[in-house]
Amino acid sequence: MAQMNMIHALNSALDIMLGRDPGVVVLGEDIGYFGGVFRVTEGLQRKYGEHRVLDTPIAEGGIIAAAIGMGANGLRPVAEVQFADYIYPGYDQIVSELARLRYRSAGQFCAPVTVRTPCGGGIRGGQTHSQSPEAIFAHVSGLKVVMPSNPYDAKGLLIAAIEDDDPVIFFEPKRLYNGPFDGNPNQAAVPWSAHPQGEVPPGHYTVPIGKAAVARAGRDVTIVTYGTMVHVCEAAARGLGLEAEIIDVRTMVPLDTDTICASVARTGRCVIAHEATRFAGFGAELAATIQEECFWNLEAPIRRVAGWDTPYPHAFEWEYFPGQVRVARALRVVMEMDR
Amino acid sequence: MPTKSRLHVPATPARPGEHSDFSWLRLSPAGAVPRPEITARATDILFLADGLVRVLDDAGEALGPWHPHLDPPDLQIGLRHMLLTRLFDDRMQRIQRSGKISFYMGSLGEEAVSVAQALALRPDDMLFPSYRNQGLQVARGRPLVELMCQLLSNTRDMCKGRQLPVLYHWREGNIFSISGNLTTQFPQAVGWAMAAAIRGQDAVAASWIGEGASAEADFHHALLFASVYRAPVILNVVNNQWAISTFQGFAGGEQSSFAARGPGYGIAGVRVDGNDFLAVHAVTLWAAERARTGAGPTLIEHVTYRGAAHSTSDDPARYRPRDDYRHWPLGDPIERLKQHLMRLGEWSEERHAALTAELEQQVGAAWKEAVSYGTLTDPPRLDPHLMFEDVFREMPPHLRRQDAELRAERSEG
Repeated sequence: MAQMNMIHALNSALDIMLGRDPGVVVLGEDIGYFGGVFRVTEGLQRKYGEHRVLDTPIAEGGIIAAAIGMGANGLRPVAEVQFADYIYPGYDQIVSELARLRYRSAGQFCAPVTVRTPCGGGIRGGQTHSQSPEAIFAHVSGLKVVMPSNPYDAKGLLIAAIEDDDPVIFFEPKRLYNGPFDGNPNQAAVPWSAHPQGEVPPGHYTVPIGKAAVARAGRDVTIVTYGTMVHVCEAAARGLGLEAEIIDVRTMVPLDTDTICASVARTGRCVIAHEATRFAGFGAELAATIQEECFWNLEAPIRRVAGWDTPYPHAFEWEYFPGQVRVARALRVVMEMDR
Repeated sequence: MPTKSRLHVPATPARPGEHSDFSWLRLSPAGAVPRPEITARATDILFLADGLVRVLDDAGEALGPWHPHLDPPDLQIGLRHMLLTRLFDDRMQRIQRSGKISFYMGSLGEEAVSVAQALALRPDDMLFPSYRNQGLQVARGRPLVELMCQLLSNTRDMCKGRQLPVLYHWREGNIFSISGNLTTQFPQAVGWAMAAAIRGQDAVAASWIGEGASAEADFHHALLFASVYRAPVILNVVNNQWAISTFQGFAGGEQSSFAARGPGYGIAGVRVDGNDFLAVHAVTLWAAERARTGAGPTLIEHVTYRGAAHSTSDDPARYRPRDDYRHWPLGDPIERLKQHLMRLGEWSEERHAALTAELEQQVGAAWKEAVSYGTLTDPPRLDPHLMFEDVFREMPPHLRRQDAELRAERSEG
């Protein structure tokens, strides 16, 4: 085992896959010589050369399209979009092309492309460097959508994504790159080395796509969440002295309904939390599914915790961010603690 | 607001009820444009983007440095493929009117672009077509019945009922899946070509869009990536003058040629007479050799005219003079190659009539076979369960559930 933060873990996944599979190529803005603005691709171009680790023009649509063409010609491209907020120029290529190539050609063509992109707030990025657009990808048939919450899962899921023959949109919660974050910006940063999931095997392993994780077992209430919010929710539940069961969704598509619903059926109470805006967010899909499957087990209405339905404002970062207070309020309602 | 402002709105030369006007079309005489070395720098051969490469003159004689000197049997094969494409188009267009297929897009007048290019390229070169390149399929030897089954969305449909008619694909024939979204295939072809270079293959990629589609951002992405990585790719803009009802001026064709976009990116741009089989063939060979030897990509503008409607969903008489195509100064690609072959003494009206009859029979026989596998309205039908396959490589649980739900729904209905 080695101590890795999420950046090292992702770098290790790319390194291993570039080494194992000559078809793997990595492309994106600033990812070659410089090693990426978040250092995830550090050293890879030096090791594997400029033909496998390609710096690209600033054109997300071109990056995705080129990756699709490369994928159709037998390569396994891993494209980086520097911030999820910049992914929209590539949205047509992702939605109309990447997601549907296998379907429309009845399996004759496919492009096994992984699109990595840092998402989420809490880094003073304002409305152009803080978005969590997972729902608008989860809504598209033909895409797998993944978001890890710790270094171990990040590496295992990224290797699984690269090895997957379907396109995977891989969201990296950038606030978690250097350490788990419980939502309190005034507390000293905690490094991953102090966290059990900062222990990462140096070699090849996978975390299966399509499987949620029970991040913490409990019997009082189920919290269904992913990304940065896994850690915020843990802290909020602890603060209330609740034995919350925390389900880390990890994969939005395909969704592990079984793990989620089994937990809610047991606890009878559920809070859903994500950083993204609430309206038509991924939480709505979770809530609807849980309601359909677990209605007769529910002791209280499901509550959603999310970012407000506004752009992510620079000056009001912590008023926007769904921190422990907002999670705790929802937990109190669902637990009927204030009655 | 003033009724006239300084805003320039491109003029459309002729609308319904007006006389056709092609006085604006810049032509070069056949044989007049020089043929540079394939190693020439894009910025040293700007004349190629400005002139018009033509080999056949109005009398059907082949002239000048671009004359490809093809053997008569090769020219006859080209004529056969173009004629077959036209007869196929014509029959499918009429069948659409009868309701057996839901939609069709013909390529009348543009047959030389697809056929000459397919014949100039190697079978392992990868093609990323638009929806008006059926000549590529024909020239690569695809059985018509396979195309027809796709049009019918029947039990032998290569797309398993998932695509609009004409959005074919052909893995074995190295023809990529056609999208209904414009220009997306252009930068994908560049990516394919980049991979070919990375993998050390010497195949090249070629892609086609209409001049209207060159307005999309993907056009810029394609040229930029092709230039930056010197990808072995041929990017074709088929300038057929019309984007449904919108004249090419609205795609920026008024100020400069579409081929001239190339040199701005450091890419060779060539403007060619798209109705001249010999010129298209020669220019394509030049571009393919350039790509294959690492000298870089080429942007080819094929100056042609969309002879028929955009699709079976529009009526061109509502936006352009009814007989506009008859006045097109570059003529008809099939007539011009036929004239050339006759001039060479390698073709005759009798042989042409016999070939037409033979190909019509081929189209008829293929149609008879195709409908035996079902139509959109008549059995046998595809199993709707196929809807859930190939969304992912393996069907995930939520799609298995929906598949079962549909099965239950159908057993009730």
